[in-house]
Amino acid sequence: MSDVILVSTRKGLFRIVRASTGWQIAVADFLGDNVTLTLTDPRDGVSYAALDHGHFGVKLHRSTASGWEEIATPSYPPKPEGLEENDMWGRPLPWSTARIWSLQAGGGGEPGVLWCGTIPGGLFRSADHGESWELMRSLWDHPKRRQWMGGGADLPGVHSIVVDPKDSKRTWIAVSTGGIWYTEDAGATWSQRGEGMRADHVPPELTHDPIAQDVHCLVQCPEHPARMWIQHHNGIFVSSDEGRTFTEITGVEPSTFGFPVVVHPRDPDTAWFVPEIKDEKRIPFDGRLVVTRTRDGGRTFEALTNGLPQSHAYDVVYRHALAIDDTGDRLAFGSTTGGLWVSENAGDHWAYVTHTLPPIYAVRFA
Amino acid sequence: MANVAFTQNIQRHVACRAAKAAGSSVREVMDNLFASNPRARAYVLDDQAALRKHMAIYVDGQLIRDRVHLSDPVTESSDIYVFQALSGG
Repeated sequence: MSDVILVSTRKGLFRIVRASTGWQIAVADFLGDNVTLTLTDPRDGVSYAALDHGHFGVKLHRSTASGWEEIATPSYPPKPEGLEENDMWGRPLPWSTARIWSLQAGGGGEPGVLWCGTIPGGLFRSADHGESWELMRSLWDHPKRRQWMGGGADLPGVHSIVVDPKDSKRTWIAVSTGGIWYTEDAGATWSQRGEGMRADHVPPELTHDPIAQDVHCLVQCPEHPARMWIQHHNGIFVSSDEGRTFTEITGVEPSTFGFPVVVHPRDPDTAWFVPEIKDEKRIPFDGRLVVTRTRDGGRTFEALTNGLPQSHAYDVVYRHALAIDDTGDRLAFGSTTGGLWVSENAGDHWAYVTHTLPPIYAVRFA
Repeated sequence: MANVAFTQNIQRHVACRAAKAAGSSVREVMDNLFASNPRARAYVLDDQAALRKHMAIYVDGQLIRDRVHLSDPVTESSDIYVFQALSGG
């Protein structure tokens, strides 16, 4: 059970702690700076914070006993002389880290191993707690990587990394847009996964092409790794075979459009989403902020509203801004309008923490 | 040697004191300067060692033209300013 939540915002990193009187803002770090994502490594308790200084670029910091220290930022190797690489729109694709879009700890048997997904699409691995990073050339040089496109941002990016809790050589990533990619040999080779997804933003002949899929968020049930859930640009999809095939879930009220998804750590049939109206109208339906939950593998859903604003709420919850702790009872999410809510009973009731934070990019239990 | 000064805004993140550095091009001056302050390099230059998109370098009052290779010439008495563009947000 975690009593600490790290909230990454446009203007700093906020540490929320559970006190006897409820959840409170305890510490503000990097105040005034753009913090885009954090990771707290469950193996050693060390936290990592990604910052985007705009003019001065993306930086990565690591927690110490007395605060934070800047460590190496994943950076791209020199582009080969004469190589002209354009994205799918014909614009130059820079070999330079534009955003750290995912951070994930390696397996239990490989202390110090970290994964980092970036825009414009590079996946990096560190074997030394982030002291140094290596671009996963096997994926970057994969000929199909050139077919990845911008989705969540102008350039393609790796936003989800899933390390098999029982065999860390097996790792899945999700790309916006580029679908799901899988390695079973610690990154030596990669293959596409994700049959069954549907993309409506491309011509019919590409609709079911796994590489055309705009996955918004991919999660795996730790106790039952065969079960994966996806919040996709076109809806909700579930897999029971480690992401080989997915089935679309339809008929969920008020909507199946959104960005984040979390799954219960032990119950593969229980997952939560935060819906918005639809692609071209990214606000809560009818001004009512709701969390949707299924407890039966997607056959039925409940819209959870207890404690959430039910009129004139325009909160958007980004893909990394919904979190669940290892009990499966505690959840937290934050919104673009600075709202933060915590549930201690799997979403049945939500306690309002604050609605005055800067725009929230990521929420993670520490 | 050229005189190099940095925007005040960068000092909050990494110390970049005004300094003198040798070189006949902006690239050479920057390489010499950052040799003793490698952390600052990544705040000014991107992964490919090009000038970051919203950074600006002036040599004797003129914005440099070659933001990729930093080949603009520098003299022994040049004044170089490393600034950042204005932005919102």
